[in-house]
Amino acid sequence: MSQRNRSGLPGFHLTLGYTLLYLGIIVIIPVGGLFVRAAQSPFQELWRLAMNDKAIAAYQLTFGCSLIAASINAVVGTWIAWVLSRYEFPGRRIADALIDFPFALPTAVAGLTLAKLFDPHGWLGSALAALGIQVVLTAKGIILALTFVGLPFVVRALQPVIEQLELEAEEAAASLGAHRGYTFRRVIAPALFPAILTGFAMAFARAVGEYGSVIFVAGNKPYVSQIAPALIVSYLENFEYDGAIAVALVLLILSMLLLLSVNLLERWSSRFLR
Amino acid sequence: MSAIVRSRLAATKKSRRGSEEHPWARRALIASAMVFLFVILVVPLVNVFFQALETGVMPYLRALGDANTVTAIAMTGMTALSSVALNLAFGLTASWCIAKFQFKGKALLLTLIDLPFSVSPVVAGLLYVVLFGRQGFFGPWLDAHDIHIIFALPGMILATLFVTFPFVARELIPLLESEGTEQEQAAMSLGATGWQTYWRVTLPSVKWGLLYGVMLCNARAMGEFGAVYVVSSNIAGKTETVPLRIFNLDLGLGGHVAAFAVATLLAFLALVTLALKTWLEHRQNQDLILASALPKHEH
Amino acid sequence: MSIELKGISKRFGTVAAVENVSFSIAEGELVALIGPSGGGKTTVLRMIAGLEVPTEGEIFIRGEVVNDQSVQARNIGFVFQGYALFKTMSVFDNIAFGMSVRGRPKAEIAERVGELLKLLQIEGLDRRYPHQLSGGQRQRVAIARAVATKPLVLLLDEPFGAVDAKVRQELRDWLVDLHDKLKITTLFVTHDQEEAMEVSNRIVIFSRGHLEQIGTPREVYEEPSNEFVAGFIGVLNVLELKVQQGMARCQELAFPAHGVAEGGVLRLGFRPYAVQVSPDLATYRYRARLKHVYFLGVQLRLELETASGLIIRSRMAKEDFRRLGLSQGIEVSFQIREYRLLARDGEPLGQEVSALQSVPNFADGI
Repeated sequence: MSQRNRSGLPGFHLTLGYTLLYLGIIVIIPVGGLFVRAAQSPFQELWRLAMNDKAIAAYQLTFGCSLIAASINAVVGTWIAWVLSRYEFPGRRIADALIDFPFALPTAVAGLTLAKLFDPHGWLGSALAALGIQVVLTAKGIILALTFVGLPFVVRALQPVIEQLELEAEEAAASLGAHRGYTFRRVIAPALFPAILTGFAMAFARAVGEYGSVIFVAGNKPYVSQIAPALIVSYLENFEYDGAIAVALVLLILSMLLLLSVNLLERWSSRFLR
Repeated sequence: MSAIVRSRLAATKKSRRGSEEHPWARRALIASAMVFLFVILVVPLVNVFFQALETGVMPYLRALGDANTVTAIAMTGMTALSSVALNLAFGLTASWCIAKFQFKGKALLLTLIDLPFSVSPVVAGLLYVVLFGRQGFFGPWLDAHDIHIIFALPGMILATLFVTFPFVARELIPLLESEGTEQEQAAMSLGATGWQTYWRVTLPSVKWGLLYGVMLCNARAMGEFGAVYVVSSNIAGKTETVPLRIFNLDLGLGGHVAAFAVATLLAFLALVTLALKTWLEHRQNQDLILASALPKHEH
Repeated sequence: MSIELKGISKRFGTVAAVENVSFSIAEGELVALIGPSGGGKTTVLRMIAGLEVPTEGEIFIRGEVVNDQSVQARNIGFVFQGYALFKTMSVFDNIAFGMSVRGRPKAEIAERVGELLKLLQIEGLDRRYPHQLSGGQRQRVAIARAVATKPLVLLLDEPFGAVDAKVRQELRDWLVDLHDKLKITTLFVTHDQEEAMEVSNRIVIFSRGHLEQIGTPREVYEEPSNEFVAGFIGVLNVLELKVQQGMARCQELAFPAHGVAEGGVLRLGFRPYAVQVSPDLATYRYRARLKHVYFLGVQLRLELETASGLIIRSRMAKEDFRRLGLSQGIEVSFQIREYRLLARDGEPLGQEVSALQSVPNFADGI
């Protein structure tokens, strides 16, 4: 790596060296190790393990539920971010602080309490059970857990964007005869869209990888509530390393693609900035 | 910046008929958002404490005083302490070279630092099983030398390190970038050495953000479940952290009151983290306000 | 009347931004709202637009009370200080916005946008986005967007505030030109008195929420209704005088007492052009040294200093300066041809008493 040191500050080579060394030991070697290990197994065998019925069902459940949860987060997150950034009301600061609660609360605790709440005998589950809705141990439970875990992403991605929106642009739209709904659709929403998409992608990435909360709420029943990370755990518990590696590889490649798309999104969303 | 502040004031103070939501629409939006947040955030939190204390204080304290729970707390303390220390050292060095210097491949480096955020914790755990497990690359060698990594504390620390890897660095990089390099250059022009400059100029300017990064890193390290679950043998009193203990108790080995009792520890940790975060943000804002109050030319 | 304000007040909490303001603007006028910043002029503009609601008073547009009309219904064009262009829309979509809100057919919109692009000399920019435009171009787009729906009135908030000095001059001429072509009642806010004098038919002067005066540029310059206006529009020499021995005096200068008792104070002001200067020390009554000469193009600004250190500003044409044979540093004689009483015994004076006062000739023996 060549460096253009215009700042004249010391320590570049030392800090960069340590950064690369540590990154190598903790991230690059382990991630590379998985790829090397996979390459040592016959491709057909890996493909069979990664794409058998049980795995496909797990992917469908993982991606389907993650997609639904991230979409819920996109809608609800936009609405909450708007309320928190635009309006002044009692309790706003506490609500704002609470948004990060799913980040701060360990997923095991989140899973534990959500499972209890939505249990057919729980506070909320009993009400839903009366409507014939069963949450725990079903895909609905997965969606519930993933929605909880992903809630802060869209809100936090949007808040600074909403705060920097030019109020005058909204006034301009009104002076040109646009009513609030039209202004929201034509002027505000396009400005928020890249941030919503970024938050959505981050919530989705988090949801796809989530294990802790889901296992408590939905369990680990193949074809019904077994998500891809849970499938990896099942393989490991049965000492079927190749199966675990095959599924992990699919998840790892997907999370890399998601990371890439989030980065591209962020670059794209800055195009209207002056 | 001042224009934004002014227009935000305008938004809250002036009535802007037609260019903002109808008061009733606004009230409905606020009320529904608060109800949603209450149900999805507050109720689950209250539920943790409610369930833990359902049968009274004594069973609660007994569950917490259980020898295996105490061991789990110690295990969690050890994993968290070592991951925070190592990732803090990494965060400080990485943020220095990334924020203060220009070099080729910086974007790639940043992306790699972010990678652990998007990798499933289960996959993270598996990565170390593949390296150090009995069937892994170094498994036979480790076995021969009687070194235990997987299903033991070192593996649990490694998995936690991976999962919490970006926290401190990610918090510091944007802060240091926004500070620029002028202050450091000024300090060095006044004869300060590199270390003096770092300790007396660079670190104080980002201290709140640094503390926040450490807090987040710690909360995640103490609460990590999936990654640790994969690399731990999950034996009570030996390789059980607090989150694993909650899981095992909930499976029926200790009853749900005990599981919730242990869970209150982590819920409390989450609340402290949130409170500290709010306070730190407040401090950071104060510093920013003070900095922007310095006389400056308008326009 | 195109726009009429009757007893308009606006308070934000306990702070009064605008107090009891009334004025009217005729159809097709080009009017400037001027005053120091924080004087309430932008608030008045925003109330006319419907972006603020007056606390008291009524606003009429074409004879109709619009207080209860929303901003959407008022059919006004508003150009914001920072232009407030829609960043995610092209120039074309920005200009077309008002028409597409009204559901106009596509062909009509395209035609009107084309017409405006041509009128505002920004043809070829229609596919660009706001961040790809220069300051002057952005302003033209903002104006095109505001006039696209043929509004009843055009309101501009500091239209020349955000562009550099050279572009400013160009834009002034161009606004006058545009106003001639569109014949639309136009009201703009500025803090630059020169700009207001040059561009508008009439000027409305505000300070601290009060309307100080409304009139043509000539009227507010030559017949300012009070000291604030006199000082704000153009340069004014102001003297504090004390009545001694029957005359109001300030150092060497003496004026009639205007009925003020012995020992009372009064204040008067005079324009630089009212100061006559001659190199012949016998021509005028007072003596001074020509301390500084500033060249402002055709006009020169002179600074006279009397023996007691009083500074008097004067103005004269370059030819007169040369004809009289003046030069910096020499001793001159001067007199004040006309002045205006501003205050008597600390009481500000209204229009009638502060009319221009002529100084009796030196030859008359005073």
